[in-house]
Amino acid sequence: MAKKLHDTPNLDELEKGEWPSFVTGLKRLAKDKDIAVDLLGQLEASYKTRKGYWKGGTVGVFGYGGGVIPRFTELKNEDGTPKFKDAAEFHTLRIMPPPGMHYDTATLRQFCDIWDKYGSGLVAMHGQSGDIMFQGCTTENVQKAFDEFNEMGFDLGGAGPALRTSMSCVGAARCEQSCYDEAQAMRSVINSFLDDLHRPSLPYKVKFKFSGCPNDCMNAIQRSDIAIIGTWRDNIQTDEALAKKWFAKHGMDELVNDVVSRCPTKTFQVKEIKKVKAGEHISSVAVSDTHAVEINNQDCVRCMHCVNVMTGALAPGKDRGASVLVGGKSHLKIGGLMGTVVIPFMKLDTEEDVEKLVDFGQRHIDFFAENALEHERSGEMIERIGMANYLDAMEIDVDPAMISSPRMNPYVRTDGWDAEVAKINAKKQAA
Amino acid sequence: MNAPVQMRKPKETGVPENKKYLHPLLAKNYGNWKYHDRPRPGVLHHVARSGDEVWTVRAGTQRQMDIHTIRTLCDIADNFAEGRVRFTIRSNIEFMVSEEKKVAPLIAELEKHGFPVGGTGNSITMIAHTQGWLHCDIPGTDASGVVKALMDELVVEFKREEMPNRVHLSTSCCEINCGGQADIAIIVQHTKPPVINHDQVANVCERPTVVARCPVAAIRPAMVNGKPSLEIDESKCMCCGACYPPCPPMQINDPENSKLAIWVGGKNSNARGKPTFMKMVASGLPNNAPRWPEVAAAVKNILAVYKADARPWERMADWIDRIGWPRFFEKTGLPFTKYLIDDWRGSRSNLNASTHIRF
Repeated sequence: MAKKLHDTPNLDELEKGEWPSFVTGLKRLAKDKDIAVDLLGQLEASYKTRKGYWKGGTVGVFGYGGGVIPRFTELKNEDGTPKFKDAAEFHTLRIMPPPGMHYDTATLRQFCDIWDKYGSGLVAMHGQSGDIMFQGCTTENVQKAFDEFNEMGFDLGGAGPALRTSMSCVGAARCEQSCYDEAQAMRSVINSFLDDLHRPSLPYKVKFKFSGCPNDCMNAIQRSDIAIIGTWRDNIQTDEALAKKWFAKHGMDELVNDVVSRCPTKTFQVKEIKKVKAGEHISSVAVSDTHAVEINNQDCVRCMHCVNVMTGALAPGKDRGASVLVGGKSHLKIGGLMGTVVIPFMKLDTEEDVEKLVDFGQRHIDFFAENALEHERSGEMIERIGMANYLDAMEIDVDPAMISSPRMNPYVRTDGWDAEVAKINAKKQAA
Repeated sequence: MNAPVQMRKPKETGVPENKKYLHPLLAKNYGNWKYHDRPRPGVLHHVARSGDEVWTVRAGTQRQMDIHTIRTLCDIADNFAEGRVRFTIRSNIEFMVSEEKKVAPLIAELEKHGFPVGGTGNSITMIAHTQGWLHCDIPGTDASGVVKALMDELVVEFKREEMPNRVHLSTSCCEINCGGQADIAIIVQHTKPPVINHDQVANVCERPTVVARCPVAAIRPAMVNGKPSLEIDESKCMCCGACYPPCPPMQINDPENSKLAIWVGGKNSNARGKPTFMKMVASGLPNNAPRWPEVAAAVKNILAVYKADARPWERMADWIDRIGWPRFFEKTGLPFTKYLIDDWRGSRSNLNASTHIRF
């Protein structure tokens, strides 16, 4: 039995309504945990005053420099003692989940038992960076809890100016759109840089995220420094049985209005079967006895829309891999930045293929560590030094797939033009 | 003399292998899926090239879960599913089963325990969110509470697939925007410069770091009351709060003056148009704990207009692209103020450099 609950009239309002209530959950924990009783007390104070009352500090585990988010209460009595003493220390352990966030119940139950023993019993599945967040631990118990999680085969995630915990979509495990083995790529990359993850010593955070197709379910393009987004080079695959099934259910209006007219490059056409073209770059499939769809894959930008609408009838091609985009980040400091293309396509089928991605990651991290300013993200660094300089350092050849348009101003010194053309021609001849 | 305490060295195992946690059919058909459909909201039906089929039931959670909730979910997984679960990026839980007949009893059991089933296809799915007052050191508002209050209002659309396309929402407790890009995002917007506790700055803050952190170079070192501190050029300050994390004595959060803004049209998918960033369309909403009714009303209004007006497959950004911003503000009734005209770097590309005007 824990101590008596504080009055929480504000939080009680969040027990009403249909959605599962975290307050009800906290109250369940508060039946036998004083730390949960006092967390509710402090949170209620925040609801009353509309202010936060946590400050950071330095708490960690032996051997690592990061991965624990320290929280100490700032709500003090006049004599300096904490108002809610049993939640005065409320640290979070960030633990990296398996790619795709798959679990068996035995593992989840073991997590619960460990967190019952050492923590508040509050767990976020999952944080925005992709960690399991075990929230609410005293300084004394951080090491003990970590040791048990670590013995289970789980490791701390990233925090601070370090390589961060990564995320991958469900991908190959259960999605027909998956264009590479996201889990393998994610583990190979992240586990190659664990020193940079556990011991923060970079200018600022670095995030990789892995999405299996251009639907980018991991929001990799908007919130990772290095986004690995699955795609394919050859023709869209078709299945006539499923195409006819789709058309029988949805009809011509939906085919025209929802698919044809929404193709961003207008390469998706519906035609009478006798007018359908054949050719190396054409995908076509009959949807009825009279009509078929025709896609010129040279004009297709792999946006996924038609594949999403007519799943199974249409599918990504067989020559699959990924595009790599660099520089995505959120608002601070210069405003949101999208990742932009640095590697238009790379295969990720074999271990050697994946090793090339790891190698690129290594070169990026090294360059970032050397050249970024303090608290500068990769995208800001590239904006400051220019993409051409970044590509030069990465030893990546320029490619028009990297731009949305060529330069729109004359303010560049071009006296190396002829030499660059000669280099490009020499490479072409050597190839 | 005591012997030195032998500390346990961490096993730097990194990201764990996921194969052993996969549902057996997911492991068996890894990389060999053919297509999927959705028999009903909240249920995905995947068919492998081998002919194997797997049904997935998706349910909403509160994200910040107590261990009793997790154990309940485990009991449901063991008794009504097949012992394997996964979580989505929006904190929904998914149960995989190999037989269609297990779907209905699983749904019934989830609903009996208060877990809404849905969040698939063209639904409004769970809100991506942050930590807020519960655990963050710099929050302007709460996260879990805002989300709980909003999802109570939106749960009907979570359980249906009746929106024009999927709807992703996010909330962020400060302008750093950890909640991320979404069709609709709710983000704290401070309206007053930080209030500086000059007694503490010298002890707590690394002043050059704080000066460098300001996006508009409004902070400079100064001696105040005989102590080294920092001062703010309030004519430059746009109240972003970037100085507050490295220097807590520069308090940016204010119970009255920290407001909430609404942003729309973020899209990470490459489907149809390229990915988009969201745009601010409203601000000045009060930080009205515990249930933020003004925010809920504003979000529901935008969603209702979008639902009524957008065509099938149009995400929020696609819809606004078709109808144009003047019509967006007209239809939603939101006031278009001068603060919504971008003046940050690159802002001219957000102006209308054409005579493409809808009347």
